[in-house]
Amino acid sequence: MIAYVGRRLIQSLLILLGVSLITFALLYLLPADPVRQIAGRSATPETVENIRRQLGLDQPFIVQYWHYLTRLLGGDLGRSYIQRSEVTELIVSRLPASLLLMVGAILCELAIGLTMGLIAAVKRGSATDQTLMVASFVGVSAPQFVVGLLLLYVFAVRLGWFPIGGYGSWRHLVLPSLTMGILGAGWYARMMRSSMIDVLRQDYMRTARAKGLARGAILFRHALPNAILPVVAMIGIDIGIFMGGIVVVESVFGWPGIGQLAWQAIQRVDIPIIMGVTLVSAFAIVLGNLLADIIAPFIDPRIKLR
Amino acid sequence: MRRFLASTVAASALALMLGMASARADDTVDPTIKQGGAITITYKDDVATLDPAIGYDWQNWSMIKSLFDGLMDYEPGTTKLKPDLAESYEISPDGKTFTFKLRHGVKFHNGREMTADDVKYSLDRVTNPKTQSPGAGFFGSIKGHDDVAAGKADSLSGVTVVDPYTIKFELTRPDATFLHVMAINFSHVVPKEEVEKYGADFGKHPVGTGAFKLAEWTLGQRIVFERNPDYWHKGLPHLDKITFEIGQEPIVALLRLQKGEIDVPGDGIPPAKFQEVMNDPEQKARVVVGGQLHTGYITMNTTMAPFDNVKVRQAVNMAINKDRIVQMINNRAVPANQPLPPSMPGYDKAFKGYPYDVAKAKALLAEAGHPDGFETQLFAMNTDPNPRIAQAIQQDLAAIGIKASIQSLAQANVIAAGGDKAGAPMIWSGGMAWIADFPDPSNFYGPILGCAGAVPGGWNWSWYCNKDLDAKAAEADSVVDPAKSGEREKMWSAIYDKIMEDAPWAPVFNEQRFTLKSARMGGADNLYVDPVHIPINYDNVYVKDVQ
Repeated sequence: MIAYVGRRLIQSLLILLGVSLITFALLYLLPADPVRQIAGRSATPETVENIRRQLGLDQPFIVQYWHYLTRLLGGDLGRSYIQRSEVTELIVSRLPASLLLMVGAILCELAIGLTMGLIAAVKRGSATDQTLMVASFVGVSAPQFVVGLLLLYVFAVRLGWFPIGGYGSWRHLVLPSLTMGILGAGWYARMMRSSMIDVLRQDYMRTARAKGLARGAILFRHALPNAILPVVAMIGIDIGIFMGGIVVVESVFGWPGIGQLAWQAIQRVDIPIIMGVTLVSAFAIVLGNLLADIIAPFIDPRIKLR
Repeated sequence: MRRFLASTVAASALALMLGMASARADDTVDPTIKQGGAITITYKDDVATLDPAIGYDWQNWSMIKSLFDGLMDYEPGTTKLKPDLAESYEISPDGKTFTFKLRHGVKFHNGREMTADDVKYSLDRVTNPKTQSPGAGFFGSIKGHDDVAAGKADSLSGVTVVDPYTIKFELTRPDATFLHVMAINFSHVVPKEEVEKYGADFGKHPVGTGAFKLAEWTLGQRIVFERNPDYWHKGLPHLDKITFEIGQEPIVALLRLQKGEIDVPGDGIPPAKFQEVMNDPEQKARVVVGGQLHTGYITMNTTMAPFDNVKVRQAVNMAINKDRIVQMINNRAVPANQPLPPSMPGYDKAFKGYPYDVAKAKALLAEAGHPDGFETQLFAMNTDPNPRIAQAIQQDLAAIGIKASIQSLAQANVIAAGGDKAGAPMIWSGGMAWIADFPDPSNFYGPILGCAGAVPGGWNWSWYCNKDLDAKAAEADSVVDPAKSGEREKMWSAIYDKIMEDAPWAPVFNEQRFTLKSARMGGADNLYVDPVHIPINYDNVYVKDVQ
């Protein structure tokens, strides 16, 4: 177990190193000069070169990358080119909002997805099952930008139940969580359905029915705990999809998280922020996967760590 | 792309600044307007920095103007120069020495009085390469600038503190634009002790002499300005508080305005909703329309075949149906025929430009040796409406046989392609177009049409370099006699007319501004399309519900 975790940790570090190298190289190759962005239009060539020297951007790629890595080990993600603030400060100030949205989204996708999957499995083959599966398909395919604006228009503008974007109270959290959750709910509904159908076919279910247990007891006490575990173990892997979604959803709802920060930085070629957010996201994804793998055998003893 | 300063006045501004002019400030404020109330402004993007030496986008430009002051400013809602922190100024007969008398009793937000030493410190700071100011180049005419820029000196030798309330500037050449330079944010006055206290983070902890002071900055969420009770300009500002909510999509901001939650959507009316807003009489009544010093144009790389042939460039000018493009963007602009926008001094009203004439354009192409047209690339920024405009240009070009493929890219990538001599044959400038730093015709020449801008990484994307015109431009800018200001404008008109003959650009349109405000916002219309303050003049607007 300890050997396994150690091996996975080393793998994770290598993945993060690879991500940082690839991102750094891509940004280096980008045909946009960040110094020109900083210097503005009225800058003389001397000013531009001066700034380039000060930022160390006149150095060869490998030297720049090495400097970045050594600073990174000291916890320094550098200073934003455009905002001129510490990247660490910018990310730390926005992480709580993204984490909150993540919790909200996971609750939404579990609540909606598991319910849909459970009903579909029980009513397998019926019209209800088919309707739910079509709905889950729509949920998976619908662009989040459209879903977000639609929810915003109906529930905030028309009905006035929730605020029109922004951040601060639980009421602000509902619509963005729902938008994120609808995508995940589609996946969970499908996984839950197949997992549940699988469980319902097992011998011990027939035994339970033969004992004359009530339908509710069979479903909730015997089937659900067994069916739900492998599905819940997926949450860790879900973080990857989640990191992609926050860029869109946070922009639509004016949610002050790292997705919004990333989107703005990409538009302005603010390389230190892009690097910082990419690394933090990669870290979250790697961590999520690692946790999912470590927890899996506890949830489902059929899985063995190797 | 960056900031906007528009002008309607040019002549009067020039008259003010030229010759032995000496002027005093007139600070009357309507005494019937009651102070009080709070407003909310929304923005999509984070506010970058509130350091006047660094902030250079249209969003923080006017916020900084409310926190800081400079020696000069403009009359609210106009481009008419007036002394601001200066009480009066004098210009020597040779146009090379400017002496400013400062106001007494002006205090920074930290309570200390502002003096001439602060003015000198601020200019030394902005020109010091360590500050990395994008505006350092504006101070090139001050004696000693080159030494500071090269890191050989820490202080501008041409700036002298005569006494705590008098400061003198010596220039290396007569500079017709110097008073404008004293009005731009980069010359705004900062207190040394606060700059040193916060270092690189001064932009997050701004302390100035302005009408408002920073009360709260929650990263990525909101910035709150509070009225400066000790503001030297009695009666201003009218508002007690301004809240800037950050991270709001323009379309969401519009919905919130319609519900009465906000007062001005800082990013304007989203293009997709423009028609809907303008078709609703109630909303349309709250839209203020104004011009701005902007021109949208197509650049043709004059060093790249076939655009090295002037006939090809003229043919492109005749092929573009500008009226259709203006209609396509819901008439949010007016068609252009020359580089300067109509409200800029030096704009040639008599100039007719190239007519829209497909047959003649085809004939010119044939004369140039391309009877069947050719293939080329048109670069454009990838945000709406620019790809649509690029497609319209593509269709117009196709009508004369030019097959242009569109390269729709992020802003920085288009700018990079333009600054590379072999990068882009044609660029549609939308979203990155030149907007004047101050209302003077010279500001539309050097970096975008002069030889100085035709360098790698420069902004002269047509790589047009006419040494003769460069000499004429320098000559025009040394004309400092007020009696000859009309002559100077004519010299600039002639320069731009000659440029159009060589046709490195096809000018397409001049954008108009449309500011939407809530019903409770009060104040003259020109405060809502103030050429210097985007979206609105924060210091001078008021709310009706406290009146």
